[in-house]
Amino acid sequence: MNAIIEVEDLHHSYGDFTAVNGISFRVHTGEIFSFLGPNGAGKSTTINILTTLLPLQRGRVRVNGYDVRKEKKRVRESIGIVFQDEVLDGDLTVWETLEFHGRIYGMPRAERRERIEEMLKLADLEEKTEERVKYLSGGMRRRLEIARGLMTRPAVLFLDEPTLGLDPQTRYRIWKYIEKVNREGTTIFLTTHYMEEADSLSSRISIIDHGKIVITGTSEELKNSIGKDLIYLETVNKEKASQIIGSFSEVRGVRDSLRGLEVSLEADGQRFLPRLIVSLEKEGVEITSISLKKPTLDDVFLHYTGRELRDEGPQGKKVAMRRRRGR
Amino acid sequence: MNTAFLTVYWRDMIRFRRFKPMLFSTLVQPILWMAFFGIGMSSNFDRFSQFVKLPPGIESVDYLTFMAAGVIAMTTLFTSLFGGISLLFDKRWGIMKEMLASPMPRTHILWGISLSGVTKALIQAALIMSFGLLIGVKFFSGYSAVEVLISLLGIAIFVTVFSLGFLFLSAGITMRLESMEGVQGIMTLLTMPLFFSSSALYPVEGFPSWLRAISVVNPLTYLVKGIRYFAIGEDFFAMGTHYTYSIYDVLLSLGFLTIFALLTYLFAWVTFRRACPGEGFGD
Ligand SMILES: Nc1ncnc2c1ncn2[C@@H]1O[C@H](COP(=O)(O)OP(=O)(O)OP(=O)(O)O)[C@@H](O)[C@H]1O
Ligand SMILES: [Mg+2]
Repeated sequence: MNAIIEVEDLHHSYGDFTAVNGISFRVHTGEIFSFLGPNGAGKSTTINILTTLLPLQRGRVRVNGYDVRKEKKRVRESIGIVFQDEVLDGDLTVWETLEFHGRIYGMPRAERRERIEEMLKLADLEEKTEERVKYLSGGMRRRLEIARGLMTRPAVLFLDEPTLGLDPQTRYRIWKYIEKVNREGTTIFLTTHYMEEADSLSSRISIIDHGKIVITGTSEELKNSIGKDLIYLETVNKEKASQIIGSFSEVRGVRDSLRGLEVSLEADGQRFLPRLIVSLEKEGVEITSISLKKPTLDDVFLHYTGRELRDEGPQGKKVAMRRRRGR
Repeated sequence: MNTAFLTVYWRDMIRFRRFKPMLFSTLVQPILWMAFFGIGMSSNFDRFSQFVKLPPGIESVDYLTFMAAGVIAMTTLFTSLFGGISLLFDKRWGIMKEMLASPMPRTHILWGISLSGVTKALIQAALIMSFGLLIGVKFFSGYSAVEVLISLLGIAIFVTVFSLGFLFLSAGITMRLESMEGVQGIMTLLTMPLFFSSSALYPVEGFPSWLRAISVVNPLTYLVKGIRYFAIGEDFFAMGTHYTYSIYDVLLSLGFLTIFALLTYLFAWVTFRRACPGEGFGD
């Protein structure tokens, strides 16, 4: 597959603090690639380097085939960015915001005007065209920012925590919107705190912590990598079931749970479950109910970073709100 | 040709029109200077200068006319020095990041901001002249229509070149600083000595030698000279002082201002080339 972003051994320090500590990854053309990591992991720093907003200190980075150190202008022409912080001039109207953007990217007038119409429709802001940006709701402002990032038809769109501080409905709408944009051919590089977001949107995910990539893969691969598929099984004959289950090499352990048994697996539970059912029935163990619980991305995250996202919970939420500057 | 600077200009002018209090103070402040300081002081100064003996047949230029040129110069100085401040807002709202991440050449930010600063300065100069003529400033007296036009053009050129010099300086300084307080502090610190060591409001001939030395390198002195040459004439008396300007003086003044603008441009250019939004501000 073609790599539209290639990063090799990237380092970045602020003074003597190392924020990015030797990361390498590739983003394939057409995919949605996510950086998932706690506060201060180095996500924004990486994005800033990839988008030429920070100088490349060490390593090799190519975006859309261009070297970010030597071909800055080409890189800039290839990308769209939605920053983590809100970047909007509240005193301009929605239309002026897009017009300004198109003009600084050198889009010819006719194309620009046409694109503005398209973008307004896509972002569902047609009725707000002449409204000053400061009078838009937070979700509308974010949609406007995403539309602006897309306006120049970038090969890659960078989204730094696009749904931070938004309500679930708005967040969901923005996800749909991102998917739509991606289907139309834009490669997306996303950073997020939200497991759910990374899980539902991404083709592939890198978990990043303390400036290092801990693991990269599809959400499935990440979950399977921790080998913790769980099977919940209800039966009257717990003893016998437990014995049979324990004899499989795929099984890591069997525990008594409230109503039945909880089986943790080393292997892919989806493949294992049918075999287990068959052999239990052959031995005459009657199963009342059975369910397979896939480990969530939360489990994966905990496994690899040894801690929960520091941004979750009521206190974390406050941090998030503060970072998105209200005006 | 890349015309991104026109876009930066376009946006800055929208903001200028939209911020009503700002627009109001920009337009009204110079008029207040003329109305209060000008009229107030001129009755005083004109009384004193009656006692100065002038060669027969020569009439002294009244104070209001003398200082009107100074008010244009001073207003241009203020507007230009504070012209770069909009960059601070751009940094704060992140628009600077948007611009720096775009393929637009970075110097266009500087050009666009400067162009809008010059526009504001020219509007103010025009306003001061119109209002001045209304309250009795004797600019262009005895000029033919063509001479008036040439003079207006001359004044516009002086104001533009001077304004650019200080806009570049202001933009360069603002780009390096983070806080409004810092920028305002520096600008205020600069205005005082520039303003009071110039001949904007009184002749420098009576200054002690060290102050005169400062006034010789003060760009404001040369702007005032240029405006007076075009608006009042090449040979006149004002406040007991005989002023003669040759065309060479005027060209030399323009040359000085041009060199000043080139130097400040260099300073701003270096600053903008190095500008790196991820380092100094943002997240
Ligand atoms: N301009 C800066 N100067 C000094 N240190 C910085 C600067 N920007 C970021 N850092 C530090 O670098 C580390 C990584 O920051 P970065 O913004 O990349 O994290 P992040 O993964 O985007 O976090 P978040 O999820 O909170 O946005 C943090 O420890 C941060 O304090
Ligand atoms: Mg970040």
